Amino acid sequence: MTDLTDLTIAEALSAMKSKKISAEELTKAYIKKTEEGRKYNAYVLETPEVALQAAKVADENYAKGTERALEGIPMGIKDLFCTKGIRTTACSHIIDNFVPQYESTVTQNLLNAGVGFLGKLNMDEFAMGGSNETSYFGPVINPWSKDVDLVPGGSSGGSAAAVAAKMCAAATGTDTGGSIRQPAAFCGITGIKPTYGRCSRYGIMAFASSLDQAGPMAKDVKDCALLLNVMAGHDEKDSTSSRKDVPDFTKVLGQDVKGLKIGIPQEYRPQGLNKEIEQAWDKAIAMLKERGAEIVDISLPHTKYALPVYYIIAPAEASSNLARYDGVRFGERVDGAHLDDLYINTRTQGFGKEVKRRIMVGTYVLSAGYYDAYYVKAQKVRRLIQNDFKNAFEKCDVILTPTSPTEAFPIGDKTMVENPINMYLNDVFTVSVNLAGLPALSLPIGLSAKGLPLGMQLIGKAFDEETVFKTAYALEQDAAFKRI
Amino acid sequence: MADFIIETPKGKWELVCGLEIHCQIVSKSKIFSGASTEFGDDANVNVSFIDAGMPGMLPVLNKECVRQAVKTGLGLNAVINKYSVFSRKNYFYADSPQGYQITQFEYPIVGEGKITVDLSDGTSKDIRIERMHIEQDAAKSIHDINPKKSYVDFNRCGVGLMEIVTKPDFRSPEEVGAFLKKLRSIVRYLGTCDGNMDEGSMRCDASISVRPLGSNELRERAEVKNVNSVKFAMQAVEYEAKRQVELYENGETLKQQTCRFNPATGETKFLRFKEFSDDYRYFPEPDLPPLVLDDAFIEEIRNNLVELPDAKKARFVKELGLTPYDASVLCENKETADFFEEAAKGRDAKKVANWIMGDFFAMLNAKKLPLEKSPISAEKLGRLVDLISKNVINGKTAKDVFAIMAETSQEPEAIVEEKGWKQVTDTSAIEAIVDEVLQSNPDNVAAYKGGKNNLLGWFVGQVMKQSKGTANPAIVNQLLKQKLG
Amino acid sequence: MAVDSKTVQKVALLAKLKVDDDKVEATKDEFNKILKWIEQLDEVETQGVEPLVSVNEEHLVCREDKVTDGNIKDEILANAPESEFGYFAVPKVVE
Repeated sequence: MTDLTDLTIAEALSAMKSKKISAEELTKAYIKKTEEGRKYNAYVLETPEVALQAAKVADENYAKGTERALEGIPMGIKDLFCTKGIRTTACSHIIDNFVPQYESTVTQNLLNAGVGFLGKLNMDEFAMGGSNETSYFGPVINPWSKDVDLVPGGSSGGSAAAVAAKMCAAATGTDTGGSIRQPAAFCGITGIKPTYGRCSRYGIMAFASSLDQAGPMAKDVKDCALLLNVMAGHDEKDSTSSRKDVPDFTKVLGQDVKGLKIGIPQEYRPQGLNKEIEQAWDKAIAMLKERGAEIVDISLPHTKYALPVYYIIAPAEASSNLARYDGVRFGERVDGAHLDDLYINTRTQGFGKEVKRRIMVGTYVLSAGYYDAYYVKAQKVRRLIQNDFKNAFEKCDVILTPTSPTEAFPIGDKTMVENPINMYLNDVFTVSVNLAGLPALSLPIGLSAKGLPLGMQLIGKAFDEETVFKTAYALEQDAAFKRI
Repeated sequence: MADFIIETPKGKWELVCGLEIHCQIVSKSKIFSGASTEFGDDANVNVSFIDAGMPGMLPVLNKECVRQAVKTGLGLNAVINKYSVFSRKNYFYADSPQGYQITQFEYPIVGEGKITVDLSDGTSKDIRIERMHIEQDAAKSIHDINPKKSYVDFNRCGVGLMEIVTKPDFRSPEEVGAFLKKLRSIVRYLGTCDGNMDEGSMRCDASISVRPLGSNELRERAEVKNVNSVKFAMQAVEYEAKRQVELYENGETLKQQTCRFNPATGETKFLRFKEFSDDYRYFPEPDLPPLVLDDAFIEEIRNNLVELPDAKKARFVKELGLTPYDASVLCENKETADFFEEAAKGRDAKKVANWIMGDFFAMLNAKKLPLEKSPISAEKLGRLVDLISKNVINGKTAKDVFAIMAETSQEPEAIVEEKGWKQVTDTSAIEAIVDEVLQSNPDNVAAYKGGKNNLLGWFVGQVMKQSKGTANPAIVNQLLKQKLG
Repeated sequence: MAVDSKTVQKVALLAKLKVDDDKVEATKDEFNKILKWIEQLDEVETQGVEPLVSVNEEHLVCREDKVTDGNIKDEILANAPESEFGYFAVPKVVE
């Protein structure tokens, strides 16, 4: 028998249902891979006993014929999702001892569907970063690395690496400015950031509340659709979660894309765009054209301002969201003579450099006298960015762009370390989607000359994940990307 | 207007004061969580993960708090904003678990309104309301258990608050007092806040400045925080205004500052100057979309609004013939007004009002009883008044009956019956007593006829005494005058 | 709008963070680099544009006033760095 960890979720479900394999076998195979892959540093906490317990229940359910939607699927969980009784740290020193007494809605939905948790996955501290290098638990190594250790992307770097290295059947991610899509592209896997409001944010440690969305990261498009079916849905505990019905996203897979209008934004093809990325993009356009889709040139004129807007709004919200980490009710405490000293000592020693940088920027842009110049201005440009997409979707059904302007880069890359803005520029193709609240998926389209995965991004209208999935599935067939 | 001018040998000064009042909203659960608002339970019992500011927790708005805010807004004669937005007010403190308070800033749920207050000189004045917004209450720190530590209890954290902000319309401590009483009366009528200042469910901050009389300038102000009674608020305003006048007259200036009122000394005490740390970095709360109210929701509340003190007072004056003063005393709280209305139903309202404001209040005061524990029900008090109106007993006997009712809660009719106090209105029976009194006192009869008219009262007294108080005094009077010529 | 060292210190104080004296200059420079970069937005004409507060187009839905939560004192205190007598403990706060 082939390696069980090669199976997609869809394949594994069918194999378990037909009793060809058991959930326990499948889970053990992933636990083994997890142990073998420790060099990648993808997991910050392994919970094999939890996964095995779930597998036991799953096998009973299969035996009784009462299996649930994702019965017996072992997953890794980004360490930003609070998991009841399982340490959750956001990969920050400030709460590296925190054991939530509650379960996030998304992980609860997965548990209710029969998923088992293999452990908690590494990430950039509080999801702030694009390379997983800001984690208190150290960087994650991209499983595609050859002679030099490469980053897996970020912030969901542990999730992407774990899926790529088959250390879990799939993983949860969160995406505030590209944190699902960019690591998915760097690690040659598929990930979707759903429309803002599709998945509940309850129990996910907040980075930037108006941008954060949870989503699945998996081996292929179909697995993402299966997972999103379970993860999405209205939650009365999150006032920003949508009441819209969640369709069965797998239904559209395999449907014809003929006549579908694919928007190609000219602004995503700036002077000096990486040639290999550009070629991969052209290849993807050609594939869809070949299938009878109509290619439409569109314009998203405010694209270049998306990053500055993002780097005002996200730090502003983060500066407030991270105020609760003060050493009083949970987490690490560094004592002080007075309450103020306790706050300052705890936060100064508890947060890492990038997090503190963003808290400072966010505090500044909200402070008296600057609020209008920065925050209100950013919100206005955010409106223009959203309008750009509204206008573009008058002309097309889905937008195709590269996911990232680069392939995976080495850990400790000097240009990024020296200038945080260079790191921020990695999000250039992904952030505007968060600002507009739209769904977007990244899937691998091929390899660069260095043999590294390149990702394509499909952006849909709000709450039209179906068109995104349908188009992605078609591209996936044609690209025939070979996973590790 | 009741003038309050601070006069010194150097000049005349005027008070300029505005108030911010925090009213705890009456609701079963907290404004953003499902934990109970119950007061007085063990520490951290009525606390959800949301109230404790745990990672990943999100607020969910309580509809009742919105309804109560709209109701209060209508009671303040204010504009209800159909579109309002929650904002975060960012500050670090032990009582602020999220590191911010969810409040409303740019777009409050209630806009401008006004409250009319009645003053002792018989005039009234409109105090303008600037706005009212809803927000979450803070936790409570306890400092007196451990000398080195403060303890934090989140039970109060997240209880809904309404913050009412007035314009700087107050010119005297009396106006401040009258306003607070009126506001308390309104929220109690509406049932939106219990109004108990001593328990902290209604808290008042006063912004105080002074200026030379006749000028229009607005000088730097001092904010006196968390005053917990009407009396203290009046004292604090007066003390602080006088302090500022003294400061200016000594050639000093006032820097914007926060003070605390010390009830023991009646003085305000400096706490701190406004600082950089007061930069609250307000921004729209991304966890809550804007709150949009529809007309039907507002109209339903408007249509079911109770009669408010002003309207009730006007009705008592117009329909029941009470004086404005009596009407406003009876309307100050709804329970008294309801008690009065029940007692006065179908009776002489003025007489009933006199009984309630006189003997009845005096009795409750003496017994230290709240109205709802009164030994005399509204209905029985009404029947007592009936006994007087129907000449069954006279006013003096009524007081004796009332005293027994206060002790035994008996029916007034039963007391009269049992004591044989039924008034004698049979003229021939009274005439017999009158004749007897006149016959046995020939000297006084002669003196009266000689011009000593004030002896009439003495004759009345004698007749009443003989009749053991049951003779109708009017008939006694009439007969005596007749017979004495 | 370039910030000076004093502003950096003030912002840190607001955020309850400490920037060591020897790091203030470097922090200030980095801060200004980021601010200069985000000030690209000044190029964009935004007169008459309504700020986008929320992409969420569904209105806020409220919950009914029912007590559904609380009575979980142990869970609330489970992660406390310091608690005594059922309270969270902090250094003495004097007002």
